[in-house]
Amino acid sequence: MTTGRTEAHVIHTVPVLPDPQLAPLFAGYAGAIAAKRRQMILGVAVFLFAVALASLGAEVDADKFIAKIGNFTSYFSRLTHLDNSAYVWTDPVEWFWGLKRWLRLLGETLLIAYIGTFTGALFAFCACFLCSARLVKSATLRLVVRRVLEFCRTVPDLVFALIFVVAFGLGPLPGVMALAIHTAGALGKLFAEVVDNIDLKPVEGVAAAGGSWFAQVRFGVVPQVLANFTSYALLRFEINVRGASVLGFVGAGGIGEELILAVRRFFYSDVSAILVLIILCVMLIDMGTETLRHRLVRMEGGR
Amino acid sequence: MSVQSNAARAEATGAAVVAMLRENARTDIPYYGWRSHGSGLLAIAALVGIYIAGVAVLGITPGRFFVGLFRLGDIIGLMWPPSPETWGKFWIYMDALGQTLAIAFLGTIVAAVFAAPLGFLAARNIVANRIVHFGARRALDTVRSVDTLIWALIWINVVGLGPFAGLLAIATSDVCALAKLFSEAIETADRRPVEGIMASGGSRAAAVRFGIVPQVLPVFASQILYYIESNTRSATIIGIVGAGGIGVYLSEQIRVLEWSQAAFIILMVLVTVAIIDAISRVLRKAIIGRA
Repeated sequence: MTTGRTEAHVIHTVPVLPDPQLAPLFAGYAGAIAAKRRQMILGVAVFLFAVALASLGAEVDADKFIAKIGNFTSYFSRLTHLDNSAYVWTDPVEWFWGLKRWLRLLGETLLIAYIGTFTGALFAFCACFLCSARLVKSATLRLVVRRVLEFCRTVPDLVFALIFVVAFGLGPLPGVMALAIHTAGALGKLFAEVVDNIDLKPVEGVAAAGGSWFAQVRFGVVPQVLANFTSYALLRFEINVRGASVLGFVGAGGIGEELILAVRRFFYSDVSAILVLIILCVMLIDMGTETLRHRLVRMEGGR
Repeated sequence: MSVQSNAARAEATGAAVVAMLRENARTDIPYYGWRSHGSGLLAIAALVGIYIAGVAVLGITPGRFFVGLFRLGDIIGLMWPPSPETWGKFWIYMDALGQTLAIAFLGTIVAAVFAAPLGFLAARNIVANRIVHFGARRALDTVRSVDTLIWALIWINVVGLGPFAGLLAIATSDVCALAKLFSEAIETADRRPVEGIMASGGSRAAAVRFGIVPQVLPVFASQILYYIESNTRSATIIGIVGAGGIGVYLSEQIRVLEWSQAAFIILMVLVTVAIIDAISRVLRKAIIGRA
């Protein structure tokens, strides 16, 4: 936008202002850029300060990290060696010596995740209609349900598991309950958002035909939200399979107990075998639920 | 015209409408009942069947459940009132909570620093090579399927007990999740700025720097904020395996059955999470609003 190019024979489609008028505009532009840059520098400074403060808090020690990063690689090399110092994949039978037991525990983990997700989803399903402003008039009821759901999803499932293990004893029961409560909180919020975005016309239709509140929810709301609900529940199931794999760390059933024992007793090849099983299992579940979700979406689209 | 007669008239009209509807109701449409959603019912039956079988296999009986529930009631009774008992302990817990926040914040930042280049590698519109793209995606999925707590166990073996192991655990487990989100943000970015830069003679690097980065940076920032939020929650539990933060004290107090102190720590965590949520909401609004 310099005036130097202005020549008599060039026809300008964009008018170019004379210099005296341009000068304040350029000054304003420079000022705006400078202000933005100052803001950016301030932001970066605050950010760096927070990082420095956090490094102190988290006891970050670069020397220790560099000195011990060798441990990380050597740890991985130990994970890939059997007791007789052969590579694990040279002797899969020896590597997966406890396959039967581990598969049983993995199955237990999956069941914990499944029952926890199912129970939690049922609770979330009942709760989500109660905290929608469009379906429930009582503000107190809505608030109470919302707060309970918030509590359920803010407390991590492992904390629930720690407490439940004391109350219910060791085993899968506390794990199932911990997952169910956390799932109810997390899904309840997502379900409620779906319910908040429904088309109200079917509900009004059922109400106009004299349907009760339950009939309105059953025939006006549920058909609209069921596909979304299922999709969210499947996603949560994926997350819960991962979560259930560590519930055993606190004694709440599943493969985690075996894993933490193997880690603590330095049975390296067992650790890697169990990790491989967990990773395979989680990936299979991910792929399965993804297929199901895509099919659901297609069913919805075809309607 | 009194109100009474109005109501009576309304009732009469209503009755007439119902009578009319009854008369004109079609009886020639066959009603299949439950057979009309047979496959749906079958699926539900299968789900419930697995559920019941699972409950049996896991050895969950009503007896165990209710005995536990009563004991849980006792525990909740013992939790009241939540208190740290002494001011000394209160400050110890505050210190540990600060550590938790530091772990969550720094772990996410480290994860994001490594995730950004990975995200570009895994994005289809940046790296056209399908093998690289597929490999990157699969590698990300593998690491993602290992829980943070398992990473914490591994890192404790490497750098020893303490918050540093926790930080590394959060960073490793989130690199992949963030990289995947980043690559999705990059893939959905508007192509036109890139085409504009290429058309005016810019290099590919310039196209990425000026065409894509300005578009995706606010999205990245908002996702990082979201992860800091959720990692505050994760960071409270990695202490259970000894990787620093408030979780160390929480699991210790539960193990020695000091319920009122455990309840106090849980309350502290809830308040902290609420504060972090509020801050991140404000920041996210500022970032997205400006973009």
